[in-house]
Amino acid sequence: MHNVLQMLEATADRLPAKCAVADPQSQLSFAEIRDAAQAAGTWLAQNGVLPRTAVAFYLEKSVTAWAAMLGAVYAGGFYSVIDVRQPEGRVRDMFAALDPAIVLTDAVNAERAHELFDPLRCTVALVEDTVRGDVDASLLASIRARATDGDPLYANFTSGSTGTPKGFVAPHRSVLDWAQAFTSTFGIDETDVMGNQAPFDFDATNKDVYSSLLTGATVQIIPRTYFSNPTQLMDYLCEREVTTLCWAVSAMCFVSIMGGFDYRVPTTVRRVLFSGEVMPPKQLRVWQHHLPKALYANLYGPSEVTCNCTFFVVDREYADNEVIPAGKAFANERVFLLDEHDREVEGAGAVGEVCVSGSCLVMGYLGSPERTAKAFMQNPANNRWLEPMYRTGDIARYDENGDLVYVSRKDHQIKHLGQRIELGDIEAAAHAVDGVERACCLYDAARKRLVLCYVGSVERKQLKETLRERLPQYMVPNNTRKLDEMPLSKNGKIDRTTLAELARIRR
Amino acid sequence: MDITLDDVIEMLEDIQEDVDYEECVTLIDDGVLDSFDILAIVSAADDEFEVTIPAKDITPENFNSAEALCALLNRLADED
Repeated sequence: MHNVLQMLEATADRLPAKCAVADPQSQLSFAEIRDAAQAAGTWLAQNGVLPRTAVAFYLEKSVTAWAAMLGAVYAGGFYSVIDVRQPEGRVRDMFAALDPAIVLTDAVNAERAHELFDPLRCTVALVEDTVRGDVDASLLASIRARATDGDPLYANFTSGSTGTPKGFVAPHRSVLDWAQAFTSTFGIDETDVMGNQAPFDFDATNKDVYSSLLTGATVQIIPRTYFSNPTQLMDYLCEREVTTLCWAVSAMCFVSIMGGFDYRVPTTVRRVLFSGEVMPPKQLRVWQHHLPKALYANLYGPSEVTCNCTFFVVDREYADNEVIPAGKAFANERVFLLDEHDREVEGAGAVGEVCVSGSCLVMGYLGSPERTAKAFMQNPANNRWLEPMYRTGDIARYDENGDLVYVSRKDHQIKHLGQRIELGDIEAAAHAVDGVERACCLYDAARKRLVLCYVGSVERKQLKETLRERLPQYMVPNNTRKLDEMPLSKNGKIDRTTLAELARIRR
Repeated sequence: MDITLDDVIEMLEDIQEDVDYEECVTLIDDGVLDSFDILAIVSAADDEFEVTIPAKDITPENFNSAEALCALLNRLADED
């Protein structure tokens, strides 16, 4: 296989009438989603989408959105979903990086989409209008004939320390390779129902949607708002007979802390695969008590290596002071540790930066060769052939079983609400505000709060308001503190340790 | 013990500052408070008022305003 649509087509031939994807309002069988995607692909190709160009999606996740995203792939292009809750400035930055011919939206977001994208001279259309038209099979066949597995499939954006969003592009081959390894590792098949929590602008969605295309499993899309309403969420999991959860740790904690299981236990769940941040053993134990027969696995890895690169099947209950390992590499990925001299280290207790090579690597950052060169490079330990490698920036060690265990970050990147955030990104946004002389953002890991300390003439409230306009909500500091002066180290850098003490931060 | 609106606002301020808790009645509907803030509120209610909010009461209506939340906490405190 060299194109993800081959997975869809094979499954649509094998299980045409089986439900492929559903949300609270609608559903499509595998044959129906193939037809809808082909119609959307035809429409997009006829309306200016060229192979290897972007189609942007400005909408909430839905059955139709997923069909049209596959339509972008039929047109030879790649998809990128822009979160509708992003501030305008950030949306414009993403748009500029993507340079899409077309933005597809839904009825609810159409007005806002026109306001944002009409001035940029971009065609805005409703997804619903693209999936119902005729299919031009010969047009789609000629596009496919020239496609390769190195063509871009999607672009996702993460935080970047310069203040501009960082978009990476993943090729078909990474997803084909990964879907195979993932579904066979966990035995996912057509009897499974994936409870999709991940937003569509985040590659964690791959675990649900491509597992489905490859194996015939059904995807049940869970609306974002259900994660503020535990009874609605638990009812949906039960009624839709969900078997597999590929969820962010924060979403799992939502259920356990909110007492979701006291209301109703989704007994059909047999597999819980979590990722995104370190899992608190206390919360996992709540899950283990209510769903004792389910398989639990910790998945680790940044989006730049396509979803996850290691996994660890949880073999027992963990105590509060223990860390659940990140585990060992998925099939067909090389995951290794390099020390500060770029030498590979091995054996129990060895500590180094997690580096990854293999087909899982994405193709760097969109329109940003400097950022790409910093993170993607030749494996310095290999001087014999070309071996591109991704530096994760995560420090890990090996335990006595040869499993990797996450230790810390090399830089100031943190995980907050399952999102990767460069604290420097928030600081850059604060520095851009008039009246801010110096700003430093800290993370209170114990209380899960972003705390911004600053020196300057601007009032706290004014600063906060400006940041709300410029940063996505999950990056807006929970607390801002105005200081008379910033504690500095001997070489003039902000002394983060003293500052954390001043701000009474628990790290 | 009665839980006053001021107590509730003080708790909310600690979770997400600079919100007009006296006026805003769409804290959830307008995304002022997200899923994680709700988690923080549930934990804080337990710590500060010794009130456990069960899943069935974690609905947008009960969290959309400080006043609704205050009423909920008092009702739950009385039920104990």
